Amino acid sequence: MIEAHHLVKRFRDKKRGTVCAVNGVSFSCRPGEIYGLLGANGAGKTTTLRMLATILAPSEGTAIVAGYDVVKDPQIVRSRVGFLSTATALYGRLSAQEMVEYFGRLHGLDESTLRRRIDEIFSRLEMNDFRDRRCDKLSTGMKQKVSIARTLVHDPSVMIFDEPTVGLDVMAARTIVGFIRECRNNGKTVVFSTHVMSEVEKLCDHIGIIHDGKLLAEGSLPDLRSRYGIQDLENLFVKVVEP
Amino acid sequence: MSLRNVGIVYHKELIDSLRDRRTVISMIVVPLLLMPLLTIGMGALSLTLVDEARKEIPRVMILGGDDSPAVVAELEQLRDLRIVPAKPDFAEEISNKQIRAAVEIPEGFEAKLAAGESSAVTIYMYEGELKSGFGAGRLQRFFRELRDRTIREHLDARRLPDSLVHPFDIEEKNVAPPEKVGGAILGGLVPYFVILLCLTGAMYPAMDLTAGEKERGTMETILCSPVSRSHLVLGKFLMVLTASIATAVLTIASMAVSFGAGKKLLLGITHGAADAALQITITGKAMVSIFFVVLPLAVFFSAALLALSLFAKSFKEAQSYISPLMIIAVLPAVAALLPGVELNSTLALVPVLNTSLVSKEIITGTYNWDLIALIFLSSSVYAVVALAIAVKLFQREDVLFRT
Repeated sequence: MIEAHHLVKRFRDKKRGTVCAVNGVSFSCRPGEIYGLLGANGAGKTTTLRMLATILAPSEGTAIVAGYDVVKDPQIVRSRVGFLSTATALYGRLSAQEMVEYFGRLHGLDESTLRRRIDEIFSRLEMNDFRDRRCDKLSTGMKQKVSIARTLVHDPSVMIFDEPTVGLDVMAARTIVGFIRECRNNGKTVVFSTHVMSEVEKLCDHIGIIHDGKLLAEGSLPDLRSRYGIQDLENLFVKVVEP
Repeated sequence: MSLRNVGIVYHKELIDSLRDRRTVISMIVVPLLLMPLLTIGMGALSLTLVDEARKEIPRVMILGGDDSPAVVAELEQLRDLRIVPAKPDFAEEISNKQIRAAVEIPEGFEAKLAAGESSAVTIYMYEGELKSGFGAGRLQRFFRELRDRTIREHLDARRLPDSLVHPFDIEEKNVAPPEKVGGAILGGLVPYFVILLCLTGAMYPAMDLTAGEKERGTMETILCSPVSRSHLVLGKFLMVLTASIATAVLTIASMAVSFGAGKKLLLGITHGAADAALQITITGKAMVSIFFVVLPLAVFFSAALLALSLFAKSFKEAQSYISPLMIIAVLPAVAALLPGVELNSTLALVPVLNTSLVSKEIITGTYNWDLIALIFLSSSVYAVVALAIAVKLFQREDVLFRT
């Protein structure tokens, strides 16, 4: 479960002074649901998701993620969240297995549980052929699978994806989309950000349209379509952000 | 749980770094190769050059001396000097290294010798130039012998004893143990290299584990894990410290072996005529002591480098921050090499310089425990402050996500 309450994030910028990247964002997402944050570049998607994953601390407001407050218990929140973005790279000099093991250990898994989880995940994602290969020698698709394995190793109940398909080819992007769907089917709470309309249509149960740090519209896709009287998602998006 | 996490991070960073060619080169290869190369290679080279210079027969000019044919003839007969015809531009020829020295014999030199009158012989040379020094030295020896011979002849003629002009001998005897003699000459160099390599050993991993991670995009990945940022930075710090200490230990060990091997080799080259500089021996006790005084300095360097490179966005930026630090850190180490800079309680508080000076003393076998304790303490304080800054910086979002 995710409940974001009036999340605000301000940065100090040398040129622009104080910048409000996220300005009072509130939404919620239940287990077994996918919530899509739709917005243009610089809208505040990444900052919002980073606050939910406790990589950044909110300037104001808070969020309850998997039952814990991101401000009060950031470490416990992190242990229950899987965070994946194109910015979360792999350690090139570690093998695929070492990479996943490292994160499993940091999540406090004991060696036998870790072994079992890794065998399970590596078989399910068909990663056994390259488990001992160094990450910097892997193809993009293989790297994506290692990243997925890294986010899954501690079996989190909440998954956060920040533009997970940016820069990926069709096949690698399909793997990710399939994985996101699988997470929902397994009862996980899933939030993901994107600016790709087709991904939103394919995946999301609920959508939040974010612009200039503010959540401008929220609801299920049929809801939003009937509210704005526009079928095409792209046109709908433009209508919301440029009324 | 907490220490376990520091251990997990450290273990991963260690494996990661040992697979990185650049870290291995700066941590292991450089200290292992540099020391033998410097001590044996440079030592052998300089001794060979000195040997070559000794083998050369110096070309010298005799200026004047037309009325002193016997002295000139004697000079011309010397096998280890080659007399060339006199020219008015002798000074220029010496400066251009065409000849090595010149000697000016005053008018009526032989006549004055016979009459027992005083006169002055002038030797012209190129100050500080090795081969000129050898030429001038040979001329000086010749004239000193001539003077002694003349004195003896005058004394004999008057039936007076030699002791009249030579009433007593002056003898200098070294009572300092050989390691102190060698230490005073080469001792300053040892801590200099240890400190320098301690810094360079930590430099690469410090940048790789912070700015490098930002650049490669793994910083955000690791921040997703439940490990606290303090534990993360401590794990990374331990890895940088390991690299620094490994470099220092390998340097000390390689230096001790090189001096041992180098001494034997150089004794061979110089046919046993080794001077005091070669008498240096680094004892086991000195090695262990230097290790312990350098330890807090290694902590200081590691933490400072980590903090500094954490601030950088990229590897390149980190390099530009660290290069000036290298000069700042090396200057006090060089200052310790200067003659006359002696350790006292004030200098014991100056970072780097204190460690350099105390290591120099330890090599010469001097253990001033009060100062050693003071240095250990002050260096530890600097180290803790630097580490606290590094930990603090790692908590700051504007540093971690600097764009």
